[in-house]
Amino acid sequence: MTTSSVYGRVHSLQSMGTLDGPGVRFVVFLQGCPLRCHCCHNPDTWAIDGGTPYTAEELTKRALRFREYFGDEGGVTVSGGEPLLQPAFVREFFTRCHEHGLNTCLDTSGCLLNDDVLDVTDRMLLDIKYTNDADYRAYVGCEMNKPLAFLERLTEKGIPTTLRQVIIPTVNDTDDNVLVLKRIAEAHPNVDKIELLPFRKLCQVKYDNMGLTFPFGRLPEPTKEHMAHLQSLL
Amino acid sequence: MDHKNWNGFAAGVWRDEINVRDFIQANYAPYSGDAAFLAGPTARTEALMKKLQNLFALERQFGGVLDIDTATVSSLTSFSPGYIDKDNEIIVGMQTNRPLKRSVNPFGGMRMVRQACEAYGYTLSPKVEEEFRFRTTHNDGVFRAYTAEMRAARKCHIITGLPDAYGRGRIIGDYRRVALYGIDRLIEEKKKDKAALAQNAFDTDNIRLDEELYQQITFLGYMKEMAAMYGFDISEPAKNAREAIQWTYFGYLAAIKEQNGAAMSLGRVSTFFDIYIQRDIQNGVLTEETAQELLDDFVMKLRIARHLRTPEYNELFGGDPMWITEAVGGMGEDGRTLVTKTSFRMLNTLYTLGSSPEPNLTVLWSTALPENFKQFCAKVSADTDSIQYENDDVMRPLYGDDYAIACCVSAMKVGKQMQFFGARCNLAKLLLIAINGGYDTTSEMRIGPQMPVMEGDTLDFDEVVARLGVYIPWLSRLYVNTMNIIHYMHDKYAYEKSQMALHDTNVDRFMAFGIAGLSVIADSLSAIKYAQVFPIKDENGYIVDFNTVGDFPKFGNDDDRVDLIAKDMTHRMITELRKTPTYRGAIHTLSVLTITSNVMYGKNTGATPDGREAFAPFAPGANPMHNREENGALASLNSVAKISYDDCRDGISNTFSITPEALGRTEEERIDNLVHILDGYFGKKAHHINVNVLNRETLMKAYENPEEYPNLTIRVSGYAVNFNKLSREQQREVISRTFHETI
Repeated sequence: MTTSSVYGRVHSLQSMGTLDGPGVRFVVFLQGCPLRCHCCHNPDTWAIDGGTPYTAEELTKRALRFREYFGDEGGVTVSGGEPLLQPAFVREFFTRCHEHGLNTCLDTSGCLLNDDVLDVTDRMLLDIKYTNDADYRAYVGCEMNKPLAFLERLTEKGIPTTLRQVIIPTVNDTDDNVLVLKRIAEAHPNVDKIELLPFRKLCQVKYDNMGLTFPFGRLPEPTKEHMAHLQSLL
Repeated sequence: MDHKNWNGFAAGVWRDEINVRDFIQANYAPYSGDAAFLAGPTARTEALMKKLQNLFALERQFGGVLDIDTATVSSLTSFSPGYIDKDNEIIVGMQTNRPLKRSVNPFGGMRMVRQACEAYGYTLSPKVEEEFRFRTTHNDGVFRAYTAEMRAARKCHIITGLPDAYGRGRIIGDYRRVALYGIDRLIEEKKKDKAALAQNAFDTDNIRLDEELYQQITFLGYMKEMAAMYGFDISEPAKNAREAIQWTYFGYLAAIKEQNGAAMSLGRVSTFFDIYIQRDIQNGVLTEETAQELLDDFVMKLRIARHLRTPEYNELFGGDPMWITEAVGGMGEDGRTLVTKTSFRMLNTLYTLGSSPEPNLTVLWSTALPENFKQFCAKVSADTDSIQYENDDVMRPLYGDDYAIACCVSAMKVGKQMQFFGARCNLAKLLLIAINGGYDTTSEMRIGPQMPVMEGDTLDFDEVVARLGVYIPWLSRLYVNTMNIIHYMHDKYAYEKSQMALHDTNVDRFMAFGIAGLSVIADSLSAIKYAQVFPIKDENGYIVDFNTVGDFPKFGNDDDRVDLIAKDMTHRMITELRKTPTYRGAIHTLSVLTITSNVMYGKNTGATPDGREAFAPFAPGANPMHNREENGALASLNSVAKISYDDCRDGISNTFSITPEALGRTEEERIDNLVHILDGYFGKKAHHINVNVLNRETLMKAYENPEEYPNLTIRVSGYAVNFNKLSREQQREVISRTFHETI
């Protein structure tokens, strides 16, 4: 691959990610997100400008320093923010990773479709934030048909996919919601895993520091028991 | 030569010469299966362990020391036999006549014994005072020879923790020899060596060795007497697994009765025992349950081993450790794994008896280890925080496949190599002394080459490096000479007769130097190089603080700009140390290991240019400074992995704490991920890692309510401790360390 001209704006790097994709992963959090989810954990990744500029080549070199830890399952994950706001950069980074035999994983809201990136993605972590359009419009700011269309495309391309949902008490912590999510998964043979993630409020301090209101800050965190119950429905 | 007790064992040169490795290689059965075969504790084990738990609780209530016999000097035969519960013990033998009762051992030094007794409300018996009145101890000898500069270096804490007042330790007898050969054969071989020596010219070295052999033979005899007091005749080889463990334990017991060395390590016994256990199981003498029971009983004995220490000693080596280090696993030179079922059984004692800092279970990790064993180790780590890992793939090429670990990270061939332990010097303080031209602002002492305090508004990197070019050679020479005196005197006045009797007559020796404050000096030099460091002087014109402006790369972020400064520092140290010859031609080695002394070293060191406040703790061992890591755990591991084992043959200690949540969502994921982390870290030729999988909150709760966490074990630097046995200060430092957690 020729020398890169595309710069990515990187929010932060996590050399040991174990929660964003299978195995041990080098996780790149990109800067910038078009959504303003009420449950968002990382308001500091929203701004489109800012972040540290990296070329895909630099970032690949960085990732390769950790390849000994990846085993046969691990690799790199690009998350955000919304990584598909910087598709050319992600494509180049993933392409370079593939040249070195690294497994690639993308963590996205699914609100921006980009075939060029999908073609170099080994696994998708797709956030299905809610299971109805009203909640999507109220708490995400986009229509539900966007992530659903994204999922359709993943199925067409046969990209192994994990569906993820943050469980927020009083908003989507019902059995019905989880069963709908399960049905969505079942209708898409490329989905091999559903991860229910407990809503957490550790990020309150980030909102405070930025002088912003945490929209879901008033809601409680789910209990371990309830999470286990919902997990048992899957 | 053959012996009836060797029936069923494959022959080899081990029968004709003392060669335990050859016996193991000819007879052991590698095991690559999983842990499903393991048995739990028997009712007998549980009842006995309950008694011990009560004794441990009592010991805690008594302020850490249950009892001291102030009138009986510890030796192989000075105490009548002691038991926890005589009729229910399978492996017997105790340092004194009662469990957890400590003895006095003044051979290393009288003052320390006296102070230790007083610290716990006892007075050393006049009878012992009288016995030692005309006797030179190791400590007496050392202080006769110390120069004024050595005393000053010790006083201002540029070199600290030196074994000049107690046993030096870090010597591992090949205790297995007692089981495999029996004492009579060992005496016979030593006599042959002594006779052969008489054929040589009697120069200083040979006269000394000749006398040592005399002492070794005498003490092999005492070992027999000691065992006889417990009703065992250990003249002959052990005839079954129970005897093999018992005989081996007697060898170890002799060592800890004779010596109060800082680290009294066990060696590498599990796979050796496995051969006997396999034979007994095949002969229908043992079952899985009774095999585990043997191991459990043996490990219980190790868990009650104690030495009498002063509070000052505990400040250096917190938690009352013995470093009964047992090396488990590893690969053989022929490519077969040395993991056996008894490697699993040994780790299983952390379940059958509960987690515990002792014995210091050390897994020799190779990327080639059987996957099932790796998984089991990771599970045990996650469940108990009681094991450490060292890289077999970097050590095996140097030490072969029958080496063990003394103390925390010191590798040596069992029975063929020993070391002269040398604590450590304080590199952060050295930097400050260099900047101040030979003045230590914390002790207010002049030391080392004298020159003006550094001038200028900001510190100039090249000038600081040039100064280190003067002070590192000065310190290195002083350090080697100091060590030479210590070990000359230790050999002369407190020679390890039992342990050396279980070595080859001609051994290789290492002289193990150490450094503390590596990440502090690396970050400080990085600050001087990449940021602006404005020195702040006191009224006398000495630099006592720094105002550091601007950002700079910090060790622990996989950033070569600073990581290579750290690597280069270790290289410079060992290179300088090598320039001064050692006592007995020992090979110079270097460690980056602090035990818990990082707190004490910090307490004696002023503010540093990296922004560390005066008297604040250092990071332990080779760890990056607390909470300076910005890119997560693996970046931190990569930084430490860059320090070369070639420069630091005495070990590079890294302590890694991670929350369960950050390691993965399910237990299965956590285990898999931990295995990948270990494979990755060691794949980068790193040397050592302590793994803790726990939450800071747990430690904070234990800090507030110690009685609710009596058995909370955590890995610190190169060993494990019961959290409650650390000082409050040490506990706070452990809590403040970096925990890798989810964001």
